[in-house]
Amino acid sequence: MVDLPFAPPPPCPEAETLRQEVRSFLADALADRTPAQRAESWQGHDPEFSRKVGVKGWIGMTWPKQYGGQERSALERYVVLEEMLAAGAPVSHHWIADRQSGPLLLRVGTDEQKDTILPRIARGEAMFCIGMSEPDSGSDLAATRTRATSVQGGYVVNGTKVWTSGAHQADYMILFCRTGQGERHEGTSQFLVDLHATSGISIRPIYAMTGEHHFNEVVFTDAFLPETSLLGKEGDGWNQVTSELAYERSGPERFLSSFLVMSEMLRVLGPEPSERAAIAIGRLAAHIHALRRMSRSVAGMLQAGENPALQAALVKELGNSLEQEIPEIARLLVDCEPSLESEDRFLATLSLITLHAPSFSLRGGTREIMRGMIARGLGLR
Amino acid sequence: MTESLIEATAERLFGDHITTRMLAAAEQGTFPAEAWQAVEDAGLPRGLVPEEAGGFGMPAAEALAILRVAGRHVVPLPLAETMAASWLLAGAGLDIPDGPLTIAPVVKGETLTLSRRGQEWHLAGTATRIPWGRDAVAVAVLAEHQGTPMVVRLDRGGFAVTPGSNLAREPRDTLRIDAVLAPSDVAPAASGVDAQALRALGATMRSLQMAGATASLLSMSTQYALDRTQFGKPIGKFQAIQHSLAILGSHQAAAGAAAIGAAEAVGEGLRIFPIAVAKIRAGEAAGLCASLAHQVHGAIGFTYEHSLHYRTRRLLSWRNEFGSESEWSLLLGRHLAAAGPDRLWPEITSA
Repeated sequence: MVDLPFAPPPPCPEAETLRQEVRSFLADALADRTPAQRAESWQGHDPEFSRKVGVKGWIGMTWPKQYGGQERSALERYVVLEEMLAAGAPVSHHWIADRQSGPLLLRVGTDEQKDTILPRIARGEAMFCIGMSEPDSGSDLAATRTRATSVQGGYVVNGTKVWTSGAHQADYMILFCRTGQGERHEGTSQFLVDLHATSGISIRPIYAMTGEHHFNEVVFTDAFLPETSLLGKEGDGWNQVTSELAYERSGPERFLSSFLVMSEMLRVLGPEPSERAAIAIGRLAAHIHALRRMSRSVAGMLQAGENPALQAALVKELGNSLEQEIPEIARLLVDCEPSLESEDRFLATLSLITLHAPSFSLRGGTREIMRGMIARGLGLR
Repeated sequence: MTESLIEATAERLFGDHITTRMLAAAEQGTFPAEAWQAVEDAGLPRGLVPEEAGGFGMPAAEALAILRVAGRHVVPLPLAETMAASWLLAGAGLDIPDGPLTIAPVVKGETLTLSRRGQEWHLAGTATRIPWGRDAVAVAVLAEHQGTPMVVRLDRGGFAVTPGSNLAREPRDTLRIDAVLAPSDVAPAASGVDAQALRALGATMRSLQMAGATASLLSMSTQYALDRTQFGKPIGKFQAIQHSLAILGSHQAAAGAAAIGAAEAVGEGLRIFPIAVAKIRAGEAAGLCASLAHQVHGAIGFTYEHSLHYRTRRLLSWRNEFGSESEWSLLLGRHLAAAGPDRLWPEITSA
């Protein structure tokens, strides 16, 4: 019997008090944010906002207190994440570090790495980016060519990373590259790269089709990394990097990127929409509700120490399709012509998200990669 | 997920008793009496009945979970209907007879007329699409009397049956009712139980059955793709087939998660939102999964000889029973629109 089980999310009695606290914090902190700014969703960048979130204790909140964490549950953390996304909070300064780089450090980092960096992440002061993709290594991560060569006292890195979101704003990169002999998955490692203190790194923008600058090309030219920047075990890079993926793929950002289109659409359609519109709204809400249950189930599995990589792929597969469907349905229910200059709340939101939508099923692993992982889970590969 | 004792019992029972031959015979009108007896002896139809009324007093979610197992095995018995009828009768304090039971009405907007003549009650009207009406020893009817929802135990003999069926040839009969009832066969429904609550329970049950049936489609289709060779290799090695099965799997997983959420909601006072979600989600998955399973199976899956259609034809019917995706989406959509844009997220998170 093939089975793709999603255990019921564990109960979380503390969640509702926390939720109200987050909502009132956001109502205040985001009061001046325009609908178009909110529509940037988790790509919105505001270091000042992230510092405020850090003061509240809402970054790294599941981590041990000795590293600046709050030792709270994964489901409490989930409440903070989903409330931030539903409100369109600019979370990109701390999002990646909170989601995967911090947990990775916690798992495989040295005491010194953990002591110096984790508390800064928790304060919202250390932004991370992820150096995985390369010009010839996109979905095929094992084709990575960037290499760190062992030298006296450390490593020298040469190679090019692309699509590195936020590299121009980040303090650190988690670099995935080759260190040893062997092909494909073998001989790879991860490094903690201090982007401010390392020479031989050049960061150039890659503008997205919207004209926005989120992506970068990061070129390493004889960049020297001290021995202490090795993250985890040399040669264990593939295992380490793949264990990050369940964190990266199962969160609420994999189905809520278009949520604001839906709420703004409700505003336009009013309290008594047509039957056709009401059916569409109800259906989309049902899909969000079901995905939220699945995503919270994965949070529970991660907390229990399981490896729900398959379930995470399922959440991302379904969630990305939903995120892409929402603006398509909205444009047909409301008579409109999208325009990025529009000051109308709905149009501004719809326009931006319509243009962002193609990326939803690319970033964090393409749809094709997710389907391949699911097929593997079914025993077909 | 850990399987409960009752799920394990159901799994064993259905595995032992349900055969393809039985499914074919059921379509020709042979009620599988022996299998029913085994199911009844195991107490499965009484899952939603409280202990004091002769049930087990188990949590609703646990009791309802057997319907997912029944869906996996495409059990051709009125198990869901008997569970619902027993729940309705027990809630009203009425006796629950042994044997298969069903509920009425099931079509939206249909009502039956309950009136009082001295000590006697009179029930009249027509109820269409009643599951297993011809096989039921009694029907648990929900009808209003002076604005109060009442439950009636209507024994066989109190109605005439015109047979009908759904796409899987499961009985969906028309009952013409004209019955005089003893006072002991009529009582007010349990608090909170009305036509919408009964419809919600029905929707939950069909959602669980759909979750089970889509799970068996996933298993069968995956196995078929591993076994069937074309162009010199198992078709499951082709990326196109792998992606079809991955899509099938993703919708199946969503249907399963939503259906379990609905089963939990039944135990929490029949909360409508998660139940609507389940019927919408599982209903949508039913059509998609059936279509993908047929595509993977190719022509052999379209034959009567192959057992795939026992699943797919049920799915294609169940998605419309107790309200299609449209009916439940409209209910949710109107509720959310009235609540307004700034309440959308709070409504979803508190549901």
